[in-house]
Amino acid sequence: MRQIAKTALAPALPENPPAAARPQQNDRAHRVLTDTQPANSRWPARLDLLQSLSGLVLALFLVAHMFFVATILISHELFYSVARFFEGGWLFGEPQPALVSMVAAGVTGLLVAHAWLAMRKIPAGYRQYHAFSTHRRRLRHGDTSLWWLQVMTGFALFFLTTIHLYDMVSQPQLIGPYESADRVWTGGMWPIYLALLFTAEVHGGIGLYRLAVKWGWFVGDDANAGRRRLRHIRHAFSAFFITLGLVTLLAYIDLGRAHADRAGERYLPPGQTTVDHGKH
Amino acid sequence: MITLFRKPKPGQAPRRLTLHILRCNPADPASKPYLQAFELEEAEGMTLFIALNEIRATQDPSLQFDFVCRAGICGSCAMLVDGRPALACRTLTRDYGSDITLAPLPFFELIGDLSVNTGKWMRGTAERLQTWIAQSEAVDLDALEARMEPALAEAIYELDRCIECGCCIAGCGTAQMNENFVGAVGLNKIARFRLDPRDTRSDAEFFELIGDDDGVFGCMSLLGCHDICPKDLPLQTQIAFLRRKMAVEGWC
Repeated sequence: MRQIAKTALAPALPENPPAAARPQQNDRAHRVLTDTQPANSRWPARLDLLQSLSGLVLALFLVAHMFFVATILISHELFYSVARFFEGGWLFGEPQPALVSMVAAGVTGLLVAHAWLAMRKIPAGYRQYHAFSTHRRRLRHGDTSLWWLQVMTGFALFFLTTIHLYDMVSQPQLIGPYESADRVWTGGMWPIYLALLFTAEVHGGIGLYRLAVKWGWFVGDDANAGRRRLRHIRHAFSAFFITLGLVTLLAYIDLGRAHADRAGERYLPPGQTTVDHGKH
Repeated sequence: MITLFRKPKPGQAPRRLTLHILRCNPADPASKPYLQAFELEEAEGMTLFIALNEIRATQDPSLQFDFVCRAGICGSCAMLVDGRPALACRTLTRDYGSDITLAPLPFFELIGDLSVNTGKWMRGTAERLQTWIAQSEAVDLDALEARMEPALAEAIYELDRCIECGCCIAGCGTAQMNENFVGAVGLNKIARFRLDPRDTRSDAEFFELIGDDDGVFGCMSLLGCHDICPKDLPLQTQIAFLRRKMAVEGWC
């Protein structure tokens, strides 16, 4: 054992300056933490963490959101109940669509923060853009190309999400089987939702995968096997949510077309005669 | 094509290979980069290192490329093979088509043709990151060194296998955009010395070396380094580990 340690220490490191010129280790250690050499800012660490954290929260929101809107596949009543649940009528006595507005505004804020943080990594200027594009084409490497796909989908999401979120902030009361279906079909929003579905699910799936490898979560002892496993999960994630999203969107389109001649009519669950939520 | 099918059958005539080599001599201001094609006959078990030597011996003695050990230990012969970084001495021509394009590693200072000055950058990075054992107290050279658990010694040795070939830097998207990025080779060295009980530096001190966007927080986890490393170093795991440690250090 001692032999190994001695062997490791024996050769003089060429990088080491001569002993006389070399500062004492204590001095060096001291120097880096004093003002003679400004200490590294803590912000790159915090920004990196915040980027990951905001992405994680948005991805989890995306998953939950998809399940909520997909309740239309089970029944109109269930989707109606979910929409009303988030208006907090069960808590405040009366439905408060403003709550939905606030959540949508919060998600918008988080999205802006995430986009701003992620922009630190996007190639800036022609030189960086050209360097990365050349590198990506030359290397033909899965994860490098995947990141580029994430940049592209993220860029598209800058625009697509804001359209949808503005709707949710400004008209939170118009969430319901007929209301949403009318927005999708009569309101002509389905192309936006279709584009949003693919870009958000692909971006979110890649994002969660990259979060795991970036921080070393769920990778296990064998990094290569762990990454293969995570890659399969990512594919399954994107495939499942894109399929669920497509089927859900089709359901809204179908309902919207059937309801087109009565567009604007509010949905009333069976047995209810008045609208008990929000105002037109 | 699948490698298995490329193996020549007994009695089959050897393939004619064409190596398209990027030629450039930065010492000559009039020199402009161009691809030069060299033809040669493939031999059994031929590596790019053997092919390049044959070209230099029989066709063009001015062709510049580096090699020392021929066995994937010295890290001198790294180059872009069909666009991907690899060691010429460990690259079998049979794994490629009959047309192979060779170019010098990007990022590093070009000496000429396929030869780049990785050593200059590696030394600069080693000095910048202080990749040596730093001890807070003077070492008593007469005293017996403290014992180390074999598992720990193995773990340190695992990271010490880096041959500084530069493939990880050439395979890194971040390094292409930010020339100050320390790359996987730099981060791996920090991970190696952080593991070493003889190195008394704290995480706060390591943070001063790699806790910024030129260090671990610049890494975008594209993992080109991990997938390309000719020594199969656990770069993905090490960078993730350092990121966690430095994030804790930076957050507080």
